[in-house]
Amino acid sequence: MMTAPAALTLDELESHFELLGDWEARFGHLIDLGRQLPPMAPEDHCDAFRVHGCQAQVWMRLVPRTGGAEPVLDIVADSDAFIVKGLIAVLLIIYSGKTAAEILRTDGAPALARMQLSEHLSPTRKNGLAAMLRRVRELAASWQPACTP
Amino acid sequence: MQSRLASPPTTSIADALRGDFPALAQRINGHPLVYFDNAATTQKPRAVLDAMRRHYEEDNANVHRGVHTLGNRATAAYEGARDRAAAFLNAPAREEIIFTRGTTESLNLVATAWGAAHLKPGDAIVLTEMEHHSNLVPWQLLARRTGAVLRFIPVLGDEGRLDLTGLDALLRGARLLAFTHISNALGTVNPVAELCERARAAGIVTVVDAAQSAGHMPLDVRAMGCDFLACSGHKACGPTGIGVLYGRRELLEAMPPYQGGGEMITRVTFEGAEYQAPPHKFEAGTPNIAGAVGLRAALDYLGQVGLPAIHAQIQDVTAYARERLSEFRGIRIFGPREGARGGLVSVVLPGVHALDLATLADQQGVAIRVGHHCTQPLHDRLGVPATARASFSFYNTRAEVDRFVTVLERVIRMLKGSP
Repeated sequence: MMTAPAALTLDELESHFELLGDWEARFGHLIDLGRQLPPMAPEDHCDAFRVHGCQAQVWMRLVPRTGGAEPVLDIVADSDAFIVKGLIAVLLIIYSGKTAAEILRTDGAPALARMQLSEHLSPTRKNGLAAMLRRVRELAASWQPACTP
Repeated sequence: MQSRLASPPTTSIADALRGDFPALAQRINGHPLVYFDNAATTQKPRAVLDAMRRHYEEDNANVHRGVHTLGNRATAAYEGARDRAAAFLNAPAREEIIFTRGTTESLNLVATAWGAAHLKPGDAIVLTEMEHHSNLVPWQLLARRTGAVLRFIPVLGDEGRLDLTGLDALLRGARLLAFTHISNALGTVNPVAELCERARAAGIVTVVDAAQSAGHMPLDVRAMGCDFLACSGHKACGPTGIGVLYGRRELLEAMPPYQGGGEMITRVTFEGAEYQAPPHKFEAGTPNIAGAVGLRAALDYLGQVGLPAIHAQIQDVTAYARERLSEFRGIRIFGPREGARGGLVSVVLPGVHALDLATLADQQGVAIRVGHHCTQPLHDRLGVPATARASFSFYNTRAEVDRFVTVLERVIRMLKGSP
Protein backbone atom coordinates (compact mmCIF):
# COMPACT_ATOMS: atom_id res chain seq x y z
CA MET A 1 0.00 0.00 0.00
CA MET A 2 1.44 3.29 -1.11
CA THR A 3 0.70 5.95 1.48
CA ALA A 4 3.56 8.33 0.89
CA PRO A 5 2.81 11.68 2.50
CA ALA A 6 2.69 14.59 0.14
CA ALA A 7 6.15 16.08 -0.18
CA LEU A 8 4.98 19.68 -0.26
CA THR A 9 3.65 21.66 2.67
CA LEU A 10 0.52 23.72 2.22
CA ASP A 11 2.56 26.94 2.56
CA GLU A 12 4.89 25.81 -0.23
CA LEU A 13 1.96 24.85 -2.45
CA GLU A 14 0.28 28.20 -1.88
CA SER A 15 3.45 30.11 -2.72
CA HIS A 16 3.81 28.08 -5.93
CA PHE A 17 0.29 29.00 -7.01
CA GLU A 18 0.95 32.62 -6.09
CA LEU A 19 3.78 32.75 -8.63
CA LEU A 20 1.69 31.35 -11.47
CA GLY A 21 0.16 33.85 -13.83
CA ASP A 22 -2.20 32.76 -16.57
CA TRP A 23 -4.65 29.84 -16.77
CA GLU A 24 -2.18 27.74 -18.74
CA ALA A 25 0.46 27.91 -16.01
CA ARG A 26 -2.08 27.27 -13.25
CA PHE A 27 -3.68 24.30 -14.97
CA GLY A 28 -0.25 23.06 -16.05
CA HIS A 29 0.81 23.07 -12.40
CA LEU A 30 -2.36 21.24 -11.37
CA ILE A 31 -1.74 18.62 -14.05
CA ASP A 32 1.88 18.21 -12.85
CA LEU A 33 0.67 17.72 -9.28
CA GLY A 34 -1.71 15.08 -10.57
CA ARG A 35 1.11 13.28 -12.36
CA GLN A 36 3.06 13.07 -9.09
CA LEU A 37 0.11 11.70 -7.12
CA PRO A 38 1.11 8.48 -5.29
CA PRO A 39 -0.56 5.58 -7.12
CA MET A 40 -3.61 3.81 -5.75
CA ALA A 41 -3.66 0.02 -5.85
CA PRO A 42 -5.72 -1.22 -8.83
CA GLU A 43 -7.87 -3.35 -6.49
CA ASP A 44 -8.87 -0.13 -4.70
CA HIS A 45 -10.51 1.11 -7.92
CA CYS A 46 -13.75 -0.46 -6.74
CA ASP A 47 -17.31 0.70 -6.17
CA ALA A 48 -16.88 0.85 -2.39
CA PHE A 49 -14.32 3.65 -2.80
CA ARG A 50 -16.07 5.49 -5.68
CA VAL A 51 -16.82 9.17 -5.20
CA HIS A 52 -19.84 10.22 -7.23
CA GLY A 53 -20.61 13.72 -8.48
CA CYS A 54 -17.75 13.98 -10.95
CA GLN A 55 -17.66 13.66 -14.75
CA ALA A 56 -14.50 11.58 -14.30
CA GLN A 57 -14.07 8.45 -12.21
CA VAL A 58 -12.79 9.10 -8.67
CA TRP A 59 -11.88 6.65 -5.90
CA MET A 60 -10.92 7.61 -2.35
CA ARG A 61 -10.14 5.95 0.97
CA LEU A 62 -8.44 6.82 4.24
CA VAL A 63 -5.54 4.67 5.40
CA PRO A 64 -3.94 4.84 8.86
CA ARG A 65 -0.27 5.89 8.77
CA THR A 66 0.27 5.10 12.44
CA GLY A 67 -1.23 2.73 15.00
CA GLY A 68 -3.00 3.64 18.19
CA ALA A 69 -6.47 4.72 19.10
CA GLU A 70 -6.29 7.96 17.10
CA PRO A 71 -4.04 7.21 14.16
CA VAL A 72 -2.71 9.75 11.72
CA LEU A 73 -4.54 9.17 8.42
CA ASP A 74 -3.53 9.43 4.78
CA ILE A 75 -5.89 10.06 1.89
CA VAL A 76 -5.35 7.54 -0.87
CA ALA A 77 -7.24 8.55 -4.00
CA ASP A 78 -7.12 8.41 -7.77
CA SER A 79 -8.95 9.55 -10.89
CA ASP A 80 -8.75 8.89 -14.61
CA ALA A 81 -8.61 12.66 -15.33
CA PHE A 82 -5.42 14.64 -14.75
CA ILE A 83 -7.06 17.83 -13.49
CA VAL A 84 -9.03 15.80 -10.95
CA LYS A 85 -5.81 14.03 -9.91
CA GLY A 86 -4.26 17.46 -9.42
CA LEU A 87 -7.14 18.53 -7.20
CA ILE A 88 -6.71 15.28 -5.24
CA ALA A 89 -3.04 16.14 -4.76
CA VAL A 90 -4.07 19.50 -3.31
CA LEU A 91 -6.51 17.78 -0.94
CA LEU A 92 -3.75 15.40 0.13
CA ILE A 93 -1.53 18.32 1.05
CA ILE A 94 -4.33 19.93 3.06
CA TYR A 95 -5.69 16.85 4.82
CA SER A 96 -3.21 13.98 4.85
CA GLY A 97 -1.19 13.36 8.02
CA LYS A 98 -4.00 14.39 10.31
CA THR A 99 -6.14 12.39 12.69
CA ALA A 100 -9.85 11.99 11.96
CA ALA A 101 -10.65 14.64 14.56
CA GLU A 102 -8.12 17.04 13.03
CA ILE A 103 -9.53 16.46 9.53
CA LEU A 104 -13.00 17.34 10.80
CA ARG A 105 -11.63 20.51 12.39
CA THR A 106 -9.84 21.54 9.15
CA ASP A 107 -11.64 23.77 6.68
CA GLY A 108 -9.87 23.49 3.34
CA ALA A 109 -11.94 26.20 1.67
CA PRO A 110 -9.83 29.25 2.69
CA ALA A 111 -6.64 27.65 1.37
CA LEU A 112 -8.38 26.68 -1.88
CA ALA A 113 -9.60 30.28 -2.18
CA ARG A 114 -6.08 31.65 -1.64
CA MET A 115 -4.84 29.37 -4.45
CA GLN A 116 -7.75 30.56 -6.62
CA LEU A 117 -9.02 27.00 -6.84
CA SER A 118 -12.42 27.88 -5.34
CA GLU A 119 -14.04 28.00 -8.78
CA HIS A 120 -13.57 24.21 -8.85
CA LEU A 121 -15.60 23.98 -5.64
CA SER A 122 -18.77 25.18 -7.30
CA PRO A 123 -21.34 22.38 -7.55
CA THR A 124 -21.83 23.35 -11.20
CA ARG A 125 -18.21 22.38 -11.90
CA LYS A 126 -18.40 18.70 -12.50
CA ASN A 127 -14.80 17.97 -11.60
CA GLY A 128 -15.90 16.67 -8.25
CA LEU A 129 -13.81 18.82 -5.90
CA ALA A 130 -16.90 19.59 -3.79
CA ALA A 131 -17.84 15.90 -3.77
CA MET A 132 -14.28 14.89 -2.81
CA LEU A 133 -14.18 17.42 0.04
CA ARG A 134 -17.49 16.05 1.30
CA ARG A 135 -16.15 12.51 1.05
CA VAL A 136 -12.98 13.32 3.02
CA ARG A 137 -15.16 14.61 5.86
CA GLU A 138 -17.56 11.66 5.65
CA LEU A 139 -14.69 9.18 5.79
CA ALA A 140 -13.15 11.02 8.74
CA ALA A 141 -16.50 11.26 10.54
CA SER A 142 -17.14 7.54 10.14
CA TRP A 143 -13.61 6.64 11.21
CA GLN A 144 -13.88 4.61 14.42
CA PRO A 145 -10.87 5.50 16.57
CA ALA A 146 -11.75 3.04 19.32
CA CYS A 147 -14.47 0.66 20.40
CA THR A 148 -17.35 2.34 22.13
CA PRO A 149 -18.13 0.49 25.36
CA MET B 1 -5.32 23.13 -44.61
CA GLN B 2 -6.37 21.43 -47.82
CA SER B 3 -9.81 19.89 -47.32
CA ARG B 4 -10.94 16.86 -49.26
CA LEU B 5 -14.47 18.16 -48.91
CA ALA B 6 -16.08 20.42 -51.43
CA SER B 7 -15.17 24.00 -50.67
CA PRO B 8 -17.86 25.76 -48.66
CA PRO B 9 -20.17 28.26 -50.30
CA THR B 10 -18.47 31.66 -50.41
CA THR B 11 -20.95 33.07 -47.90
CA SER B 12 -22.46 30.52 -45.56
CA ILE B 13 -25.81 31.13 -43.86
CA ALA B 14 -23.89 30.95 -40.57
CA ASP B 15 -22.02 34.17 -41.31
CA ALA B 16 -25.24 35.90 -42.30
CA LEU B 17 -27.23 34.73 -39.27
CA ARG B 18 -24.80 34.75 -36.33
CA GLY B 19 -25.69 38.37 -35.61
CA ASP B 20 -29.25 37.27 -34.80
CA PHE B 21 -27.99 35.42 -31.69
CA PRO B 22 -26.95 37.83 -28.91
CA ALA B 23 -25.31 35.09 -26.79
CA LEU B 24 -22.85 34.23 -29.56
CA ALA B 25 -21.29 37.69 -29.50
CA GLN B 26 -19.63 37.32 -26.10
CA ARG B 27 -16.08 36.46 -25.09
CA ILE B 28 -15.28 33.67 -22.64
CA ASN B 29 -12.02 33.91 -20.71
CA GLY B 30 -10.94 36.56 -23.19
CA HIS B 31 -11.66 34.46 -26.28
CA PRO B 32 -14.59 34.67 -28.70
CA LEU B 33 -17.15 32.07 -27.65
CA VAL B 34 -17.19 28.94 -29.81
CA TYR B 35 -20.45 27.30 -28.80
CA PHE B 36 -20.33 23.61 -29.71
CA ASP B 37 -22.89 22.29 -27.22
CA ASN B 38 -25.94 22.62 -29.42
CA ALA B 39 -27.14 19.05 -28.93
CA ALA B 40 -27.71 20.02 -25.29
CA THR B 41 -29.44 23.29 -26.16
CA THR B 42 -29.20 25.88 -28.93
CA GLN B 43 -28.80 29.61 -28.50
CA LYS B 44 -31.86 31.82 -29.08
CA PRO B 45 -32.31 34.36 -31.86
CA ARG B 46 -33.40 37.87 -30.94
CA ALA B 47 -36.77 37.21 -32.62
CA VAL B 48 -37.59 34.63 -29.92
CA LEU B 49 -36.45 36.85 -27.06
CA ASP B 50 -38.44 39.79 -28.48
CA ALA B 51 -41.60 37.72 -28.97
CA MET B 52 -41.56 36.49 -25.37
CA ARG B 53 -40.87 39.95 -24.01
CA ARG B 54 -43.66 41.42 -26.12
CA HIS B 55 -46.04 38.73 -24.91
CA TYR B 56 -45.37 39.57 -21.25
CA GLU B 57 -45.45 43.31 -21.87
CA GLU B 58 -48.59 43.45 -24.00
CA ASP B 59 -50.62 40.22 -24.12
CA ASN B 60 -50.09 38.49 -20.79
CA ALA B 61 -53.23 36.76 -19.47
CA ASN B 62 -54.36 33.22 -18.81
CA VAL B 63 -55.65 31.28 -21.79
CA HIS B 64 -58.94 29.75 -22.92
CA ARG B 65 -61.48 31.15 -20.45
CA GLY B 66 -60.87 34.88 -20.40
CA VAL B 67 -63.50 37.04 -22.11
CA HIS B 68 -61.33 40.12 -21.94
CA THR B 69 -59.01 41.42 -24.61
CA LEU B 70 -55.73 40.24 -23.12
CA GLY B 71 -57.19 36.79 -22.48
CA ASN B 72 -58.28 36.58 -26.10
CA ARG B 73 -54.87 37.72 -27.33
CA ALA B 74 -53.08 35.20 -25.14
CA THR B 75 -55.38 32.39 -26.27
CA ALA B 76 -54.90 33.34 -29.91
CA ALA B 77 -51.14 33.38 -29.44
CA TYR B 78 -51.09 30.03 -27.63
CA GLU B 79 -53.39 28.27 -30.08
CA GLY B 80 -51.58 29.95 -32.97
CA ALA B 81 -48.40 28.31 -31.70
CA ARG B 82 -50.19 24.97 -31.89
CA ASP B 83 -51.08 25.63 -35.53
CA ARG B 84 -47.47 26.56 -36.22
CA ALA B 85 -46.17 23.38 -34.53
CA ALA B 86 -48.66 21.27 -36.51
CA ALA B 87 -47.38 22.81 -39.74
CA PHE B 88 -43.77 22.34 -38.61
CA LEU B 89 -44.35 18.58 -38.25
CA ASN B 90 -46.85 18.37 -41.14
CA ALA B 91 -49.36 16.89 -38.69
CA PRO B 92 -52.78 16.16 -40.23
CA ALA B 93 -54.65 18.02 -37.47
CA ARG B 94 -53.86 20.72 -34.89
CA GLU B 95 -55.60 18.61 -32.21
CA GLU B 96 -52.77 16.13 -32.58
CA ILE B 97 -50.27 18.61 -31.09
CA ILE B 98 -49.90 18.58 -27.29
CA PHE B 99 -47.67 21.10 -25.58
CA THR B 100 -45.40 19.63 -22.93
CA ARG B 101 -42.30 20.74 -21.02
CA GLY B 102 -40.09 19.05 -23.60
CA THR B 103 -39.13 15.73 -25.13
CA THR B 104 -38.77 14.07 -21.74
CA GLU B 105 -42.29 14.97 -20.66
CA SER B 106 -43.68 14.03 -24.06
CA LEU B 107 -42.19 10.56 -23.74
CA ASN B 108 -43.34 10.19 -20.13
CA LEU B 109 -46.83 11.22 -21.21
CA VAL B 110 -46.99 8.41 -23.77
CA ALA B 111 -45.46 5.87 -21.39
CA THR B 112 -47.87 6.80 -18.63
CA ALA B 113 -51.13 7.47 -20.45
CA TRP B 114 -50.87 5.08 -23.40
CA GLY B 115 -48.89 2.46 -21.49
CA ALA B 116 -51.24 2.19 -18.54
CA ALA B 117 -54.20 1.56 -20.86
CA HIS B 118 -52.57 -0.91 -23.23
CA LEU B 119 -49.91 -3.05 -21.60
CA LYS B 120 -50.26 -6.27 -19.65
CA PRO B 121 -47.65 -8.56 -18.10
CA GLY B 122 -45.35 -10.14 -20.69
CA ASP B 123 -46.02 -7.53 -23.41
CA ALA B 124 -42.83 -6.35 -25.06
CA ILE B 125 -41.59 -2.79 -25.55
CA VAL B 126 -38.83 -2.54 -28.16
CA LEU B 127 -36.16 0.16 -27.82
CA THR B 128 -32.65 0.57 -29.22
CA GLU B 129 -29.34 0.43 -27.39
CA MET B 130 -28.62 4.05 -28.32
CA GLU B 131 -31.56 5.64 -26.51
CA HIS B 132 -31.16 8.72 -24.35
CA HIS B 133 -32.12 8.01 -20.75
CA SER B 134 -35.33 9.97 -21.37
CA ASN B 135 -36.40 7.37 -23.94
CA LEU B 136 -35.31 4.49 -21.71
CA VAL B 137 -36.16 5.19 -18.07
CA PRO B 138 -39.88 6.02 -18.69
CA TRP B 139 -40.24 2.61 -20.38
CA GLN B 140 -38.36 0.89 -17.55
CA LEU B 141 -40.80 2.48 -15.09
CA LEU B 142 -43.73 1.43 -17.26
CA ALA B 143 -42.39 -2.13 -17.51
CA ARG B 144 -42.08 -2.26 -13.73
CA ARG B 145 -45.66 -1.04 -13.29
CA THR B 146 -47.24 -3.32 -15.88
CA GLY B 147 -45.01 -6.40 -15.97
CA ALA B 148 -44.05 -5.66 -19.58
CA VAL B 149 -40.55 -6.56 -20.79
CA LEU B 150 -37.98 -4.46 -22.67
CA ARG B 151 -36.15 -5.60 -25.78
CA PHE B 152 -33.30 -3.75 -27.47
CA ILE B 153 -32.26 -3.37 -31.10
CA PRO B 154 -28.44 -3.72 -31.01
CA VAL B 155 -26.02 -0.99 -32.09
CA LEU B 156 -23.14 -1.98 -34.36
CA GLY B 157 -19.62 -0.82 -33.41
CA ASP B 158 -18.30 2.73 -33.21
CA GLU B 159 -20.24 3.81 -36.31
CA GLY B 160 -23.37 3.24 -34.29
CA ARG B 161 -25.78 1.95 -36.89
CA LEU B 162 -28.71 -0.18 -35.77
CA ASP B 163 -28.44 -3.90 -36.45
CA LEU B 164 -31.82 -4.60 -38.03
CA THR B 165 -31.08 -8.21 -39.00
CA GLY B 166 -33.04 -9.56 -36.04
CA LEU B 167 -35.77 -6.93 -36.12
CA ASP B 168 -38.63 -9.25 -37.05
CA ALA B 169 -37.90 -11.47 -34.06
CA LEU B 170 -37.62 -8.45 -31.76
CA LEU B 171 -40.95 -7.08 -33.00
CA ARG B 172 -42.78 -10.39 -32.64
CA GLY B 173 -45.45 -9.99 -29.98
CA ALA B 174 -44.31 -6.43 -29.18
CA ARG B 175 -46.83 -3.66 -28.47
CA LEU B 176 -44.64 -0.59 -28.86
CA LEU B 177 -41.44 0.48 -30.61
CA ALA B 178 -39.73 3.65 -29.34
CA PHE B 179 -36.51 4.92 -30.90
CA THR B 180 -34.50 8.04 -31.48
CA HIS B 181 -34.46 9.71 -34.90
CA ILE B 182 -30.88 10.96 -34.41
CA SER B 183 -28.57 9.65 -31.68
CA ASN B 184 -27.43 12.43 -29.34
CA ALA B 185 -24.25 10.51 -28.55
CA LEU B 186 -23.25 9.12 -31.95
CA GLY B 187 -25.02 11.24 -34.54
CA THR B 188 -26.54 8.17 -36.20
CA VAL B 189 -29.63 8.93 -38.28
CA ASN B 190 -32.03 6.05 -37.96
CA PRO B 191 -34.29 4.92 -40.83
CA VAL B 192 -37.50 6.26 -39.32
CA ALA B 193 -39.88 5.50 -42.18
CA GLU B 194 -38.62 1.92 -42.55
CA LEU B 195 -38.83 1.20 -38.82
CA CYS B 196 -42.32 2.69 -38.57
CA GLU B 197 -43.52 0.78 -41.60
CA ARG B 198 -42.25 -2.55 -40.29
CA ALA B 199 -43.76 -1.88 -36.87
CA ARG B 200 -47.09 -0.82 -38.37
CA ALA B 201 -47.22 -3.98 -40.46
CA ALA B 202 -46.95 -5.91 -37.19
CA GLY B 203 -49.62 -3.76 -35.48
CA ILE B 204 -47.07 -2.09 -33.20
CA VAL B 205 -47.37 1.51 -32.01
CA THR B 206 -44.33 3.69 -32.80
CA VAL B 207 -42.78 6.55 -30.81
CA VAL B 208 -40.06 8.72 -32.37
CA ASP B 209 -37.70 10.79 -30.20
CA ALA B 210 -36.99 13.76 -32.46
CA ALA B 211 -35.11 15.84 -29.88
CA GLN B 212 -31.98 15.95 -32.06
CA SER B 213 -33.66 16.28 -35.44
CA ALA B 214 -36.32 18.95 -34.79
CA GLY B 215 -34.93 22.24 -36.04
CA HIS B 216 -32.06 20.50 -37.84
CA MET B 217 -33.98 19.19 -40.84
CA PRO B 218 -37.53 19.18 -42.21
CA LEU B 219 -39.76 16.78 -40.24
CA ASP B 220 -42.92 15.21 -41.60
CA VAL B 221 -44.88 12.84 -39.36
CA ARG B 222 -46.97 11.68 -42.32
CA ALA B 223 -43.90 10.66 -44.32
CA MET B 224 -42.39 9.05 -41.23
CA GLY B 225 -45.56 7.13 -40.55
CA CYS B 226 -45.12 7.31 -36.78
CA ASP B 227 -47.88 7.22 -34.16
CA PHE B 228 -46.15 9.56 -31.70
CA LEU B 229 -43.28 12.02 -32.04
CA ALA B 230 -41.62 13.96 -29.23
CA CYS B 231 -39.42 17.05 -29.49
CA SER B 232 -38.17 20.02 -27.47
CA GLY B 233 -38.35 23.71 -28.25
CA HIS B 234 -35.02 24.58 -26.66
CA LYS B 235 -32.97 22.43 -29.02
CA ALA B 236 -34.58 24.22 -31.97
CA CYS B 237 -33.82 27.84 -31.01
CA GLY B 238 -36.92 28.08 -28.80
CA PRO B 239 -37.11 28.62 -25.04
CA THR B 240 -36.63 25.92 -22.40
CA GLY B 241 -39.70 24.40 -20.77
CA ILE B 242 -41.78 23.97 -23.92
CA GLY B 243 -41.95 20.93 -26.14
CA VAL B 244 -44.33 19.06 -28.35
CA LEU B 245 -45.90 15.66 -28.44
CA TYR B 246 -47.49 14.72 -31.74
CA GLY B 247 -49.93 11.84 -31.40
CA ARG B 248 -52.24 10.24 -33.92
CA ARG B 249 -55.78 11.39 -33.14
CA GLU B 250 -57.38 7.93 -32.64
CA LEU B 251 -54.67 7.01 -30.16
CA LEU B 252 -54.95 10.28 -28.25
CA GLU B 253 -58.73 9.97 -28.06
CA ALA B 254 -58.50 6.47 -26.62
CA MET B 255 -55.86 7.38 -24.02
CA PRO B 256 -56.67 8.31 -20.42
CA PRO B 257 -55.42 11.71 -19.21
CA TYR B 258 -51.81 12.15 -18.09
CA GLN B 259 -52.34 14.63 -15.25
CA GLY B 260 -55.50 16.00 -13.68
CA GLY B 261 -56.35 19.64 -13.07
CA GLY B 262 -57.91 22.66 -14.63
CA GLU B 263 -58.13 23.13 -18.42
CA MET B 264 -58.44 19.39 -19.10
CA ILE B 265 -62.05 18.82 -17.99
CA THR B 266 -65.53 19.66 -19.29
CA ARG B 267 -67.46 18.96 -16.09
CA VAL B 268 -66.39 18.04 -12.58
CA THR B 269 -68.45 16.78 -9.65
CA PHE B 270 -67.19 15.57 -6.28
CA GLU B 271 -67.45 12.05 -7.60
CA GLY B 272 -65.75 12.36 -10.96
CA ALA B 273 -64.96 14.35 -14.05
CA GLU B 274 -65.56 14.37 -17.76
CA TYR B 275 -62.52 15.15 -19.81
CA GLN B 276 -61.90 17.49 -22.69
CA ALA B 277 -61.07 16.12 -26.10
CA PRO B 278 -57.38 16.11 -27.16
CA PRO B 279 -55.22 18.13 -27.01
CA HIS B 280 -56.66 19.83 -23.91
CA LYS B 281 -57.22 16.50 -22.16
CA PHE B 282 -53.44 16.27 -21.88
CA GLU B 283 -52.71 19.87 -20.89
CA ALA B 284 -53.75 20.13 -17.26
CA GLY B 285 -53.20 23.46 -15.53
CA THR B 286 -52.02 26.77 -16.89
CA PRO B 287 -49.70 25.92 -19.77
CA ASN B 288 -46.36 27.52 -20.63
CA ILE B 289 -47.97 30.31 -22.65
CA ALA B 290 -44.89 32.48 -23.08
CA GLY B 291 -42.93 29.32 -23.94
CA ALA B 292 -45.41 28.53 -26.71
CA VAL B 293 -45.11 32.11 -27.99
CA GLY B 294 -41.32 31.73 -28.01
CA LEU B 295 -41.55 28.36 -29.72
CA ARG B 296 -43.74 29.83 -32.43
CA ALA B 297 -41.22 32.62 -33.01
CA ALA B 298 -38.44 30.02 -33.19
CA LEU B 299 -40.31 27.90 -35.73
CA ASP B 300 -41.09 31.02 -37.78
CA TYR B 301 -37.41 31.96 -37.68
CA LEU B 302 -36.29 28.47 -38.75
CA GLY B 303 -38.91 28.53 -41.49
CA GLN B 304 -37.65 31.87 -42.80
CA VAL B 305 -34.07 30.63 -42.89
CA GLY B 306 -35.28 27.39 -44.43
CA LEU B 307 -34.78 23.96 -42.92
CA PRO B 308 -33.09 22.51 -46.03
CA ALA B 309 -30.48 25.31 -45.87
CA ILE B 310 -30.09 24.75 -42.11
CA HIS B 311 -29.59 21.04 -42.66
CA ALA B 312 -27.01 21.64 -45.40
CA GLN B 313 -24.99 24.02 -43.22
CA ILE B 314 -24.98 21.61 -40.23
CA GLN B 315 -23.97 18.72 -42.50
CA ASP B 316 -21.12 20.78 -43.97
CA VAL B 317 -19.69 21.85 -40.61
CA THR B 318 -20.07 18.34 -39.15
CA ALA B 319 -18.32 16.69 -42.09
CA TYR B 320 -15.56 19.29 -41.89
CA ALA B 321 -15.16 18.73 -38.14
CA ARG B 322 -14.95 14.99 -38.65
CA GLU B 323 -12.30 15.44 -41.29
CA ARG B 324 -10.20 17.86 -39.22
CA LEU B 325 -10.48 15.73 -36.07
CA SER B 326 -9.33 12.64 -37.97
CA GLU B 327 -5.90 14.35 -38.22
CA PHE B 328 -5.29 13.58 -34.52
CA ARG B 329 -3.22 10.45 -34.11
CA GLY B 330 -5.09 7.59 -32.45
CA ILE B 331 -8.38 9.50 -32.13
CA ARG B 332 -11.51 7.38 -31.90
CA ILE B 333 -14.41 9.08 -33.67
CA PHE B 334 -17.90 7.70 -33.12
CA GLY B 335 -20.85 7.85 -35.46
CA PRO B 336 -21.42 7.19 -39.15
CA ARG B 337 -18.36 7.56 -41.39
CA GLU B 338 -20.41 8.14 -44.53
CA GLY B 339 -23.79 9.50 -45.47
CA ALA B 340 -26.27 11.41 -43.39
CA ARG B 341 -25.38 12.13 -39.79
CA GLY B 342 -26.60 14.34 -37.01
CA GLY B 343 -24.78 17.57 -36.25
CA LEU B 344 -22.30 16.24 -33.75
CA VAL B 345 -18.97 14.49 -33.39
CA SER B 346 -18.12 12.41 -30.30
CA VAL B 347 -14.50 11.45 -29.77
CA VAL B 348 -12.05 9.77 -27.42
CA LEU B 349 -8.42 10.86 -27.62
CA PRO B 350 -5.82 8.36 -26.37
CA GLY B 351 -4.44 9.38 -22.97
CA VAL B 352 -6.69 12.44 -22.78
CA HIS B 353 -9.68 12.38 -20.46
CA ALA B 354 -12.71 14.15 -21.92
CA LEU B 355 -13.16 16.12 -18.68
CA ASP B 356 -9.60 17.51 -18.91
CA LEU B 357 -10.20 18.31 -22.56
CA ALA B 358 -13.48 20.14 -21.95
CA THR B 359 -12.12 22.03 -18.93
CA LEU B 360 -9.06 23.28 -20.79
CA ALA B 361 -11.09 24.03 -23.94
CA ASP B 362 -13.43 26.21 -21.86
CA GLN B 363 -10.41 28.22 -20.68
CA GLN B 364 -9.98 29.10 -24.36
CA GLY B 365 -13.63 29.91 -25.02
CA VAL B 366 -14.70 26.62 -26.58
CA ALA B 367 -17.84 25.01 -25.12
CA ILE B 368 -18.09 21.25 -25.62
CA ARG B 369 -19.74 18.52 -23.57
CA VAL B 370 -18.14 15.64 -21.77
CA GLY B 371 -19.59 12.49 -20.28
CA HIS B 372 -21.95 9.73 -21.23
CA HIS B 373 -24.48 12.21 -22.70
CA CYS B 374 -27.34 10.51 -20.85
CA THR B 375 -26.67 7.27 -22.71
CA GLN B 376 -24.85 5.29 -20.03
CA PRO B 377 -25.79 1.80 -21.30
CA LEU B 378 -24.53 2.73 -24.78
CA HIS B 379 -21.21 3.93 -23.34
CA ASP B 380 -20.91 0.72 -21.31
CA ARG B 381 -21.36 -1.14 -24.58
CA LEU B 382 -18.77 1.01 -26.40
CA GLY B 383 -16.41 0.45 -23.48
CA VAL B 384 -15.74 4.15 -22.83
CA PRO B 385 -16.82 5.89 -19.61
CA ALA B 386 -16.92 9.29 -21.27
CA THR B 387 -16.57 10.92 -24.67
CA ALA B 388 -16.03 14.53 -25.65
CA ARG B 389 -18.81 15.80 -27.90
CA ALA B 390 -18.84 18.81 -30.17
CA SER B 391 -22.33 19.51 -31.52
CA PHE B 392 -23.27 22.07 -34.10
CA SER B 393 -26.02 24.38 -35.17
CA PHE B 394 -26.46 26.29 -38.41
CA TYR B 395 -24.73 29.35 -36.91
CA ASN B 396 -21.47 27.43 -36.49
CA THR B 397 -18.73 27.84 -39.09
CA ARG B 398 -15.74 25.97 -40.48
CA ALA B 399 -13.58 28.74 -39.02
CA GLU B 400 -14.86 27.82 -35.56
CA VAL B 401 -13.95 24.19 -36.23
CA ASP B 402 -10.44 25.37 -37.10
CA ARG B 403 -10.30 27.25 -33.77
CA PHE B 404 -11.47 24.13 -31.96
CA VAL B 405 -8.71 22.08 -33.61
CA THR B 406 -6.06 24.64 -32.61
CA VAL B 407 -7.40 24.61 -29.04
CA LEU B 408 -7.32 20.80 -29.01
CA GLU B 409 -3.70 20.76 -30.15
CA ARG B 410 -2.79 23.09 -27.29
CA VAL B 411 -4.75 21.00 -24.77
CA ILE B 412 -3.03 17.81 -25.90
CA ARG B 413 0.38 19.50 -25.57
CA MET B 414 -0.51 20.49 -22.00
CA LEU B 415 -1.78 17.07 -21.02
CA LYS B 416 1.00 15.12 -22.66
CA GLY B 417 3.59 17.44 -21.16
CA SER B 418 5.46 18.11 -24.40
CA PRO B 419 6.44 21.70 -25.24
